[in-house]
Order: sequence, then structure tokens, then C-alpha cells
Amino acid sequence: MKAKVKTFPQGAHIYELKGDTAAKNIVDTSPPEEVVIPLQQHIGAPCKPLIEKGDHVKIGQKIGASDSFVSAPVHASISGQVTAIEPRKTSLGRKVLSVVIKANGQQEFAGELRGFRDELPDGEQIISLIREAGIVGMGGAAFPTHVKLSPPEGKEIDRVIVNGCECEPYLTGDHRLMLENSEDIIFGLIAIMKALGVKKGFIGIEENKMDAIISMKDASSPNQNIEVIPLKTKYPQGAEKMLIKAIVNREVPSGGLPLDVGVVVINTGTAKAVTDAISNGIPLVERIVTVTGSNIKNPGNLRVRIGTSFRHLIAECGGLNEESGKIIMGGPMMGKTQHTLDIPVMKGTSGIVLLTGDEAAAAEPGPCIRCARCVDVCPVNLVPIGLANCSEHEKFGDLESLHVLDCIECGSCSYICPAKRPLLHWIRLGKAKIAAMRAAARNSTSSK
Amino acid sequence: MMGGKTAVDTIVSSSPHLQSKETISGIMYTVLIALIPAVLVSIYLFGMKSLYLMLACSIFAVATEGAVQKLRQKEVTINDGSALITGLLLALTLPPDFPMILAILGSVIAIAIGKQAYGGLGHNPFNPALVGRAFLVISFPVEMTTWTKWVGPVGAAIDTQTGATPLNWMKTEGIMTDYSALFWGNISGSLGEVSAFAILLGGLYLLYKGYIDWRIPLSVLGSVALLAFLVGEDPLFHLLAGGLMLGAFFMATDMVTSPITKLGRWIFGLTIGFLVWLFRIYGGYPEGVMFAILLVNMAVPLIDRYTAPRILGEVKARG
Repeated sequence: MKAKVKTFPQGAHIYELKGDTAAKNIVDTSPPEEVVIPLQQHIGAPCKPLIEKGDHVKIGQKIGASDSFVSAPVHASISGQVTAIEPRKTSLGRKVLSVVIKANGQQEFAGELRGFRDELPDGEQIISLIREAGIVGMGGAAFPTHVKLSPPEGKEIDRVIVNGCECEPYLTGDHRLMLENSEDIIFGLIAIMKALGVKKGFIGIEENKMDAIISMKDASSPNQNIEVIPLKTKYPQGAEKMLIKAIVNREVPSGGLPLDVGVVVINTGTAKAVTDAISNGIPLVERIVTVTGSNIKNPGNLRVRIGTSFRHLIAECGGLNEESGKIIMGGPMMGKTQHTLDIPVMKGTSGIVLLTGDEAAAAEPGPCIRCARCVDVCPVNLVPIGLANCSEHEKFGDLESLHVLDCIECGSCSYICPAKRPLLHWIRLGKAKIAAMRAAARNSTSSK
Repeated sequence: MMGGKTAVDTIVSSSPHLQSKETISGIMYTVLIALIPAVLVSIYLFGMKSLYLMLACSIFAVATEGAVQKLRQKEVTINDGSALITGLLLALTLPPDFPMILAILGSVIAIAIGKQAYGGLGHNPFNPALVGRAFLVISFPVEMTTWTKWVGPVGAAIDTQTGATPLNWMKTEGIMTDYSALFWGNISGSLGEVSAFAILLGGLYLLYKGYIDWRIPLSVLGSVALLAFLVGEDPLFHLLAGGLMLGAFFMATDMVTSPITKLGRWIFGLTIGFLVWLFRIYGGYPEGVMFAILLVNMAVPLIDRYTAPRILGEVKARG
């Protein structure tokens, strides 16, 4: 009997658009002449610079760190000279204090971390290595991994899931990594399971990547505790809450975290970075970036040093087809548009999607015909059109009671709307207003 | 290469940056395609007068939509197909010999009062075609219940005889019409209501396209059949007779005027079915599908409010 392919309720079948790069090997990018390394690439406290202008730095040298626990250090990704420490534009939409390094054309390694080639160190050492290596969630959120691996007292973790869904259209970096570095991903998973004392690990992969499912099954076969789970190709299968629901059938409580249901989810790229740190002593200084879309000449999957500018990668891929269009950091469903190419790749930059003006043009919104497509796709079971209407009419009290804060901003509602209404746009606005109102309420009570 | 230094040549917007290709007019024209079988059958059964009625209603529905939008100084959206559906659906609920001038009047009322008065597409609480029909039924009861007796395909015989609909036969004389006539449509009745076969064909196409939710026709038809059976009536006859099929597949399923939650659609359909049964069995007016749908249309906002789905993880996280 063929087992039913696992998935979560609701969700949308969306365009996959991965054909341009899915079959392309990951290639090394030519070394950039300059990198810009923001001192905050993660969720949490920003780092303080550890070097000064004019210093000579080597690959893997720690150049920024913070005493705060929820933070991750940053490292030099090329060897050369620090030419500036100043605020620079980033893909997060604001300027961040950044270290600018000019390459000296050498490949000098700092070798600050000790690698464990033969035997895994104990759990505590693994976690401290991961922290020292500056590893964060590489699927996009960039939450420091060592924090995830340090659950608060009373929270028992019993499952680790590697997220190999890559449900965003266009992106293929995780797919390629699972084909080309499957054993490294398994090694990273085993290390994380050991750090957490967890016996059971899963790798969830959407069915549109059969080759990756096979390759990960091969790589994991010696280990009885690791199971590869094929998942239905459906958006947003790779969203943490949906992935957990599909694989272990647990519901992350409203307002809660995966650790509330005993689960830690890590991205494939994160697992690979953990392996690089533990077995080779290399901190997080590079990542895979899919550069793709209708507006790029030669799309591909690139291995990129952190801090390399978007512009360098575009040139590496043959340049743009036309001079206008949309630059998206991340995938087209949840990625952020950029207004310039002069921003650096960061730890959470999974892809750069370049769309032509025609493709990027937003359709003119029409009236809602109450088709309920948005209700049918919302993976959280919200009523997106209701939320959008409340937000549009500034009924923020209603918004909260309709659970607007549970929206994961996956964009399925706006995608599916036949009237092309910018539902998520309104919902985001509502969420921001509520956050601002809460902050104001806190301030007024604390000042009394 | 992109100029890049300024924001001039890039488009910045919030995600998602991808949209499905489905459009409102795409949905509307698919519904119109699904009505083609019913249209063809009515032309076959009742001849060109049926075509003229449908044309008149459609043209005036679209014209009214455009005119009112002009008056309201709104964008004219007559190409979206929605007014066309209203006009055509109204025509399909009319008797074949209905006076054209009254049909046009009904069509104008359907759009002007039933739809535009509320703010146009998406804002009307009632199915506009049924508003038009309700207006005609109340204002011109004789014309609305003068049924051409079906005597054979067009031209085969005199086609001005009057007859009663199967539901009237049953109600007043206790005479049952046979299933095959009800299924194929060679009975007296409204243009598009007579042939269950043609309606099913279109309805199944819409189900296949995903433009109607199976819960609504199933709950409407299922509850009528079950309730009829429970009081000792013939369920199959009730399913095939009158405006039930057209109502269940094309009127109750109207997106604008039906609930947006799945549970809500069950409640909506079951309530319509219950009212149809009530009107047919105990009411004085056997063709009650229209009033049943209109009444429950009114309850849709309430139904939606009380049937919001449980959200994922709706148990408060600890402390």
C-alpha cells in the first residue's frame, strides 16, 4: 500500500518556475574585489566591530561580535584590508554598520576554529562551535542557530526537522545542495540532534524534487534515526508551522514557537554550515544564492562569499536583459524588493530574483467578488479578505480579535486573488498599526 | 546593466511578487460557457423567441450596468461579464412567452436595484438575477405563470398552447410527470429550468473548473430530496422539477452572495433546501426556489461571522 504523501491542510498550488536553474550545478563565484559585511545580518543584537580601519584580515577571522546571547558573530569572507567601517545600505531596507574589506587577491585562512574531523564533540561544544561560527537560519529569517539549540528550562525537544522544501518559486539553492552535499547535510543534522539529545530526525522535501529525495535517502540510509519525508508540492510547505504540521502532526500554538511543541527546524544550508564549522573549522563565510528570473541572462546557483554585492553576481550571470524591472532579495512570494544592486549578500540571502518590468507590473485591483479563494488557501485558516477590509477601514480592534497577528505573511492570499487585491499588503499595514498601538500603550502606562 | 544608483528604474513593492493568472472576467466568462447547454436546449425547445428573450435581457443588463456606472461616475466595467450573466440568468427563469418589454424591465431592475444600488459587483447582498425575477413575479404574476405547453420541437405544432409546470400539475392535480421528460426538458417551464440535463452539464463543468463549491449544490439538492422522501414525496421528482437545478448550480453558488467559509456553505445550502421544501410542500406557491435563495442570501453575513474557521494552533501559548 502506498502511503499518502504528507502535507498540511489548505495552501496553494502556485507556479514553480524552477526550470532555469534546477539542473544547474552550484558554481563558485569569481572572488569579488570588495565585500561589505554588515555587522547585523541576523535577528537579535547587532555586533560590535573587533577590527579597525586599515587592519589586515583573513578568511574566517571574526570581525564583529556581541555579548548578547541572541546574536551571531560575523567573519571576514575574503582576505585583505579593512577600508571602512561605516553604515551601508542592506537588503533589509535600512543602513547597517558594515565592515568594508578590499581583497588582496590571496586566500589566507584565519583558522581560528578547531575542526573535529573524526569524532563529534559533545553537545555543549557543538553549540558553542555553532555560535562561534556565526551560524544563523539560512532559509531567510536568519535567527541565530545556537539560540534555537538552547531551549529554555522545561522545554523538551524530541524532533529535529531539516527543511528541504524550498517552496518558494524560482529558488533552487537548497535543491542543489541536497544533491551535491547530501552527506554534509546529514552530518549537520546528526550534530544538531546530538547537541539537543534528540533521537529522531526528519528531512522534509517536496515531491517536485524527486532526485533530492533519492539522494538524501541514500545519504541517510546508514542512520536508522533519520527519515526522509516526501511532501506534497504545495505552498507554503516550507513554512515552519506547516512543515511541523505535515511531518509530526503537531500544531505550533498561536503566538508560540516550534520549541513549544518539541521541535527544532533547520534549513538545509544551515545544516551544511554546521558541518563546515564542526568538521573543517570554517565559520559561516559563504552561502548558496540562486540568481534567476526573467530579467537575467544566465541564471544559476552560485556559491557566494558573504558581503559580495548583488551587482557583482548579476555581472557574473551575464547581466540583465532589460534595464528596468524588479530586484527581489529572496523568493518572489516572501522576498523583499530592492531599489539598488549595490547591496551585499548576507547570511539570509537565499536568492536574487530579477523580474522584467512586464512581469513585475502589479495588476490593477478590482472589487472582491467573495470567491473565497483566499480563505481556501490561507494555511493558518484566517479569513484574509476580512482582515484586509478591517485594515483598510481602520478597524484595528476587530483585526486583533480576528487573529491578524497569526498571519505568517506567506502571500498565498494576494497570489490567488482573482481580483488582484493586495490583501497581504493591507494585512501587514494592520499588523504594523497594532504593533505601534501596543507600543504606545506600553509607553503611556510606563510613564504614569 | 541596470543604472542602479537611483530608484528610478526599479519597481519596489511588498510581497508577493507573483500572482495567479485567474481573473474575475475569466471566472465570469467560464460561468457563461457553462450556461451554453441550457441556452441551446431552450432555443431547441421553445424556438427563436427564447433566443430573443435572452438577447434582450442580456443586452439591457449590460447597458444598464454601463449607464449606472456612468451616472455614478465609476469606471465602466461592462466587459467583465458579470452583468451579462445576470441578464442571461434572469432570462433563463422566464416563461417562453413572457412579454419582451417586461423582460427588459426585469433586467434593468436586476442590475440597477439588485446590483448597482448596493455599489456594484461584489457588494450586492442578493443575487441580482433573482431580484429581477422577484420583481417580475410580484408585479406581473399572470405573465410570470403563463407557461407555454411543450408540444414538440420548434415548428412541429402550435406553440401557443398554455400548460402547467410539473410542480403545478403535482400541486393542483396530483399528476406526476415522468423522469425522462423532466431530465431532458420536454415539459412546460421557464427557458432554462426545464432541462435538468443541460443544467447538470454546465454545473459539472463549473465544478471541474473549481468555480463553484460542491457543498452548495449538494446540500441544497440533498436536503430537498431527503425532506421530500421523509414526508412521502418522490425525491427524484422534486430534484428534477421546477427551478431547483438551476438554482442549486447557478444561483445559490453565486460567489458574491454565498458564504465564504466551508461550514457556512453547508448551512447556507441546507437552509435553502429546507425553505424550498417548505414552500413546495406546505406553501401556496410551489416555485419557491427564488424566494428561498433570496431569503438565505440575506443571512450570509451572519453565517460568515459565526462560521469563521478555527485558526491553526488556536490554543494560547503558555504564559
